[in-house]
Amino acid sequence: MKVLVAVKRVVDYNVKVRPKSDGTGVDLNNVKMAINPFCEIAIEEAVRLKEKGVVTEIVAVSIGAKVCQEQIRTALALGADRGILVETDVEVQPLAIAKLLKAVVEKEEPKMVILGKQAIDGDNNQTGQMLAALTGMSQGTFASEVVVEGDSVTVTREVDTGSQVVKLALPAVVTTDLRLNEPRYASLPNIMKAKKKPLDTMTPEDLGVDVTPRVTTLKVEPPAERQAGIKVADVAELVDKLKNEAKVI
Amino acid sequence: MSILILAEHDNASIKGATLNTVAAAKAIGGDITVLVAGEGCGAAAEAAAKIEGVGKVLCADNAAYGHQLAENVSLLVAELGKDYGYILAPATTNGKNTLPRAAALLDVAQISEIISVESADTFKRPIYAGNVIATVQSSDAIKVITVRATAFDAVAAEGGSASVEAVASAHDAGNSSYVREEVAKSDRPDLTAASVVVSGGRGMQNGDNFAMLYSLADKLGAAVGASRAAVDAGFVPNDMQVGQTGKIVAPGLYIAVGISGAIQHLAGMKDSKVIVAINKDEDAPIFQVADYGLVADLFDAVPELDSSL
Repeated sequence: MKVLVAVKRVVDYNVKVRPKSDGTGVDLNNVKMAINPFCEIAIEEAVRLKEKGVVTEIVAVSIGAKVCQEQIRTALALGADRGILVETDVEVQPLAIAKLLKAVVEKEEPKMVILGKQAIDGDNNQTGQMLAALTGMSQGTFASEVVVEGDSVTVTREVDTGSQVVKLALPAVVTTDLRLNEPRYASLPNIMKAKKKPLDTMTPEDLGVDVTPRVTTLKVEPPAERQAGIKVADVAELVDKLKNEAKVI
Repeated sequence: MSILILAEHDNASIKGATLNTVAAAKAIGGDITVLVAGEGCGAAAEAAAKIEGVGKVLCADNAAYGHQLAENVSLLVAELGKDYGYILAPATTNGKNTLPRAAALLDVAQISEIISVESADTFKRPIYAGNVIATVQSSDAIKVITVRATAFDAVAAEGGSASVEAVASAHDAGNSSYVREEVAKSDRPDLTAASVVVSGGRGMQNGDNFAMLYSLADKLGAAVGASRAAVDAGFVPNDMQVGQTGKIVAPGLYIAVGISGAIQHLAGMKDSKVIVAINKDEDAPIFQVADYGLVADLFDAVPELDSSL
């Protein structure tokens, strides 16, 4: 079966971003960019399913500016077979991304779409669920285990109270949680080979999707600063402070 | 404007996060209706009717909504939600699973994990692991929103007297089914609602050493949390993870033991009122947010703290 994997270009997870002083946005000049960590897990899962013989082809898709090609090439180096870039300079929000992905799904007809559970920049946690709604597919969100059997997939989900197992008819949308797998690194020969793999480019207009934002960001600002704390010398002083100063125990 | 809230419940009772979501709805202003969708969920609906500020409860009791599968519940929310100006749910795993699906069915955007209501169409929400607070304005006719429970004070669970109406419509998408659930059992308070939280990280070295934290937590009436490192190492189950991708907590007192304080962990606890860090590395980033820091070996400090309480 064919699998579609969505990947997003985001600020590297180790970078501590700061809002611009005028509040118009986040300062992304000269900041290291990478594949969203949850999307890496999604690629890894697709590659493992291919190695098990369940999946025959992996298509990696990204939406955004031309530079998102870098992240698609990384996905290709990790084992995806070909890439699709939906190129746009507009800020695309989850609902628009889901509509674009739906259009790609209609072209490619994959049996499964794997996405990360959330992108670490917008922290929305919406796109997979929205894509499932628009395509009418079942959804296995926050997946920590994925087992394909015939026409269905059994997904173990990480939920607030522990874990939940659901059985979904294919085609289905799966979103990855942290503990689904440990993503591999791309080897140098695979990075070289990835340069030769096909990468198609299309636009939202080609796909007939209106990507006008529905939500406007009026302002961004840093969170309230915490007052500087103190270091205590020993446990006795800590207990004293908590009892008499902070009055929390 | 009228507001529909998708309740977080277990068929028998209403979960605390629903009370915080009602508080967010009151901040928006308008008639508040709570939807309880489940199977055999009459008791939860009765409990919802007693919540302060709730005007009406819709009880959708049907086999299709058992285990609250997103494929089915989202169809119900989209059908009922057409008549409301706002659809809210707590940002629990259940709310996060179902609400975006309902939003897409209604062709509207969702605003995730709001931390404040600025006006009828403007909200604040954290992005980039809480390092940036964005003020966002929605232009959609129906505003679909998940609420970060720790950012709103819960309304009273008693005192209301709403009417309960049965909802007959049964939606079964027929493409998903529940298999089983493994619920982590704990006698301690719920992590997201506890007034004191004691968390352990990689520095705990193994799962057995968490017994020290359980003992300390029992004396403080605290819940026990963990960093991603502790969960990934298999010390404790994943439902104990505090952070950007785990649970968000904001207790009166948060004690971080053997936790370095990565950005992703801080995202889940830095709104705690008082933060205590116990770590032997005096340069650990956790000390930058801690009100009281103790540079010490946790294996000496934690038992000493335990015995001095």
